[in-house]
Amino acid sequence: MIALFLRELKLASRIGGGALTGLLFFLAVVTVVPFGVGPDLKLLARIGPAMLWTGALLASLLGLDRLFQGEREDGSLDLLLMSEHPIALIVFVKSLAHWVATGLPLVLAAPVFGLMMNMEPVAIAASVATLAVGTPAISFVGAVGAAVTVTLARGGLVIAVLILPLVIPVLIFGVSASYGAVEDPAPFLPPFLILCAITLFFAVLGPLAAGHVLRHAAD
Amino acid sequence: MFGNYAGYIVPAYVLSALALVGLVVWSVLDYRARRSELAELERKGLKRRSQAGADRANG
Amino acid sequence: MSETAIRRASLWDFANPTRYLAIAGPAIPWLAGVTALLLAAGLWMSFRAPADYQQGATVLIMFIHVPAAWLSMFCYGVMSVSALGTLVWRHPLADVSLRAAAPVGAVFTLLALVTGSLWGKPMWGAWWVWDARLTSVLVLFIIYLGLLALARAIEDPATAARALAVVTLVGSVNLPIIKFSVNWWNTLHQPASVMRMDGPKMDPAFLYPLLVMALAYTLFFITLHAMNMRNEILRRRIRSMRMNAAREAGGA
Repeated sequence: MIALFLRELKLASRIGGGALTGLLFFLAVVTVVPFGVGPDLKLLARIGPAMLWTGALLASLLGLDRLFQGEREDGSLDLLLMSEHPIALIVFVKSLAHWVATGLPLVLAAPVFGLMMNMEPVAIAASVATLAVGTPAISFVGAVGAAVTVTLARGGLVIAVLILPLVIPVLIFGVSASYGAVEDPAPFLPPFLILCAITLFFAVLGPLAAGHVLRHAAD
Repeated sequence: MFGNYAGYIVPAYVLSALALVGLVVWSVLDYRARRSELAELERKGLKRRSQAGADRANG
Repeated sequence: MSETAIRRASLWDFANPTRYLAIAGPAIPWLAGVTALLLAAGLWMSFRAPADYQQGATVLIMFIHVPAAWLSMFCYGVMSVSALGTLVWRHPLADVSLRAAAPVGAVFTLLALVTGSLWGKPMWGAWWVWDARLTSVLVLFIIYLGLLALARAIEDPATAARALAVVTLVGSVNLPIIKFSVNWWNTLHQPASVMRMDGPKMDPAFLYPLLVMALAYTLFFITLHAMNMRNEILRRRIRSMRMNAAREAGGA
């Protein structure tokens, strides 16, 4: 399993800069928003956590079709299915590697973008924490979308439409927790813990459902 | 009868009627198209697998 | 008496598409007739209802808005059961049922959103508000659109059936989570004026027409669903005939 994880990591980092595309998209969102709303620093600081989450969410969604891209391109899906390991476990590992390659860079870039949005250190820290916990959820549930469109040539947009409704709770609690850390009466821990719960739930549901779909996509 | 709300009530009912009637019309047109397509294929002598089996059984 | 004579009717009686067509064909006109009667009765009762003292005549919109919203959810329920039918019980018509229901559900959801807007503007002054219920219905609409896109995108029927079923079920599992999170988000960002989407407590003068309209809409869906399932079965027959012909031509 470790070997699979490392292999996936290497592949994901190599494939046409998929991680870089996500990062660039994130940068694009953070850059474009101030042009839209104006350079008022107080306003930017106020919408900062929300914009970080929106940018990271969209960037993650767009990167999902890379999850099974290798298998699609060289037809090694059958090999994967014949492995002695349960397909759900394989999908779990692939999703985790996908997150490390595409989601983690977004989390690491978030502090820089937070500074660009004039956010307070506490706000930046909270946003990074929630992003770190929440973006894996997107990879896990996104695996279902990726599995379902593995036979399609340009499944990327279909995946985004399919998975978007399912990750809205992730966005809601991620942003709630971020604001909770900054605004006094608003709580941080309850939404943060719910976010953790959602990630764990998707970590199970996503690979199970995706594995089920993949088992018969190769038929 | 509607007071000054007619501008809201009428479009709501009209759009609902259009949507419901539209769904029915679409379904009926689809049915007719499939039926005529099936008739066309049967005319050309195409058979379904189960039918072909029955034909073969009957000789 | 033989066992078969006492056997209760079950959904498996409809498992054979030919059998389904034989049963649905004569049933549909009757269903359509009952639907029309209920719709007529419901509309008559609705227009005879007194103008609500708070909402004026716009309460009329409630009679077509609330049934549409109920149906949008009922339809997703039918699709979820169909999805289970495909994945768990492998009922041959389960996928037919899911595909037949999806566009209808999407239309009902859109209708709920639009009529809700037309009701909201005169009543609460806004075409759209981000309150929990509207937002949840909007998300449901996006789920429907995703399913429709997926149905069109995947060519192979067996792969598509499984994919649609899995996504429908994942969606239905998530619907409580989505509703809960949207509610949470909404209570955090409570708008300045309190919205009362239910209106005043339901007076029988309004409740009865509403129930009849809801029943009419439900029967409308059942009739339409039977019709669409029939069309989908015919579509598959055509496909298998064409494939059969191609196979035989290739072998000849």
